[in-house]
Amino acid sequence: MDKTVNNRAWFMVLPVLVLVAFNAVIPLMTVVNYSVQESFAGNVFFFEGSKWFEQVLHSDRFHAALGRQFLFTGIILAIEIPLGVGIALAMPRKGPWVSVCLVLMALPLLIPWNVVGAIWNIFALPSYGLLGRSINALGISFNFTRDVFDAWFTLILMDVWHWTSLVVLLAYAGLMAIPDAYYQAAKIDGASRWAVFRYIQLPKMRRVLTIAVLLRLMDSFMIYTEPFVLTGGGPGNATTLLSIDLVKIAQGQFDLGPAAAMSLIYFLMVLVMSWVFYTVMTREEART
Amino acid sequence: MARIDLADIAHAYGPKPQSEADYALKRIDLTFKQGGAYALLGPSGCGKTTMLNLMSGLLVPTEGSVLFDGIDVTEQTSEQRNIAQVFQFPVVYDTMTVYENLAFPLRNRRVDGAVLDARVRQIADMLDLTRALEQKARRLTADAKQKISLGRGLVRSDVSAMLFDEPLTVIDPQLKWQLRSQLKTLHRQVGNTMIYVTHDQTEALTFADTVIVMYDGRVVQVGTPEELFERPNHTFVGYFIGSPGMNVLPANVEGRTATVAGHPISLPRVYERLANARVELGVRPEFVKIATDGKGLPVRISRVDDVGRFKIARVRLVNHTLNVMVGEDVQLSGDSAAIEFDPSHLHIYADGELVEGRA
Repeated sequence: MDKTVNNRAWFMVLPVLVLVAFNAVIPLMTVVNYSVQESFAGNVFFFEGSKWFEQVLHSDRFHAALGRQFLFTGIILAIEIPLGVGIALAMPRKGPWVSVCLVLMALPLLIPWNVVGAIWNIFALPSYGLLGRSINALGISFNFTRDVFDAWFTLILMDVWHWTSLVVLLAYAGLMAIPDAYYQAAKIDGASRWAVFRYIQLPKMRRVLTIAVLLRLMDSFMIYTEPFVLTGGGPGNATTLLSIDLVKIAQGQFDLGPAAAMSLIYFLMVLVMSWVFYTVMTREEART
Repeated sequence: MARIDLADIAHAYGPKPQSEADYALKRIDLTFKQGGAYALLGPSGCGKTTMLNLMSGLLVPTEGSVLFDGIDVTEQTSEQRNIAQVFQFPVVYDTMTVYENLAFPLRNRRVDGAVLDARVRQIADMLDLTRALEQKARRLTADAKQKISLGRGLVRSDVSAMLFDEPLTVIDPQLKWQLRSQLKTLHRQVGNTMIYVTHDQTEALTFADTVIVMYDGRVVQVGTPEELFERPNHTFVGYFIGSPGMNVLPANVEGRTATVAGHPISLPRVYERLANARVELGVRPEFVKIATDGKGLPVRISRVDDVGRFKIARVRLVNHTLNVMVGEDVQLSGDSAAIEFDPSHLHIYADGELVEGRA
């Protein structure tokens, strides 16, 4: 095919360029700008080079928040992915119950995030929350505003409640895409329930599960609203995840430079993790 | 290996069948002899696959029962029935190699070691998959995948019956012939009961000793390929089998004479007067001749197709259309001709069903 070179074609790209500039490039560059400068009173700036980056990377506070972040993401992925697949497998494949199940599953996803935080805050209150009082009534001392373990327990329970549905819906979509013939063939071949899962359902769900893990990984890494409303990062700094710490630095202390540097490091981490994960999963797929 | 009896079975997919129309498969009573090669032939949606799935245990019939060697297996699973079945579209286990795919049905039944290996290699060899044995199944073409599906159906030698649900649809024509003759050979060697579903008459007629023709959830005729050709029980069978199908003409029948569009035609048998029924005369294109001696029924030729060894002429007898097979040696001149029917191959149908005449 002959290609015609016509430089006027660049004009066609212009609208997209403008759009991307305003919603991504310009804000990002503002942050980059802050990250290399010291500010006084918000309007006097000095160039500082990589100082803030070095400071953030060597700060114990950042390390601690990052550690908590990895712990949180690791735990919720380890719970939500298997649980989501399990629920999807247990859901009916056809009949009137399908829509009932789907609506029930979609409900948590439709609730605004700060409302989720508020609901769980009240739900878990040891004084009059249903969950808090019930646990205490069982003779187990529970107070998520004071006890670190209780705070983490509530935080993870909330995230599992809020986001497992997403995994369920994705896994269910993957399951529904498997033609009946596969199940029939498996019956004829005398495959056990486990073999059906291992050799038919899991391979066929692979793509959607990749997406599910990727989404949960990124989302949980960037989670802010729910833990902020639930625990506010406390007790102490026990549940201060990266984003909460970032806001504390940026708005609480108005340290724009370090906050901007941290934002960029944070952003690059999410980007790199997603890229590595995606590359590994797709390469795996191409190899098998 | 087993004889299979379908005792008064009927199947409806909906929960509460009310009328005849709710049944995908209407009441059927049929026996498949041990070691027979059967074909279920019919157009899409006629209930072939339903019948197959009832035999294999993938479906439980709404009414009636399925017997293997006289034992009621209606409530048994496919695994308990020990059935092999191959489906229309390839099913392979993506993450396994071809070898593992073929071994899967055996492993699930605790067959191991040398027996398994020998069996897998034998089947792979038969299907020309030996070179692909160590490859991942998902990387293969649709052809090869279907061969794997077929292989998984054939790999167990002790099955009650082997059921094939249009297994060669996705396979290209040349390989189709080859695989079909291999199935036939296998049938002769192993002597398993084989039931083959297809909508392709050539496939049915070349594979099976007994063909079961189905139409609209019913069995319309069971017979050898010759019987289906020579004496179709139903105008549908006449039309569906044969290429082109049987000519079916509205007629008035009385005694030894049928009247078609005002022309009397003498019949081989004597028929009662058939009142209150749609009476038709059926004759295959093979048994219609172009008359050369000036006698016969006058027709207009509307088209002639040369299909190789013979020609097919489409002719009009007043306002009815017929197909006539014309030998290569016969010259058709102009657009008119005269036709004659071979009297021994004329059949009379009332409301689609064959009517037996008296000699």
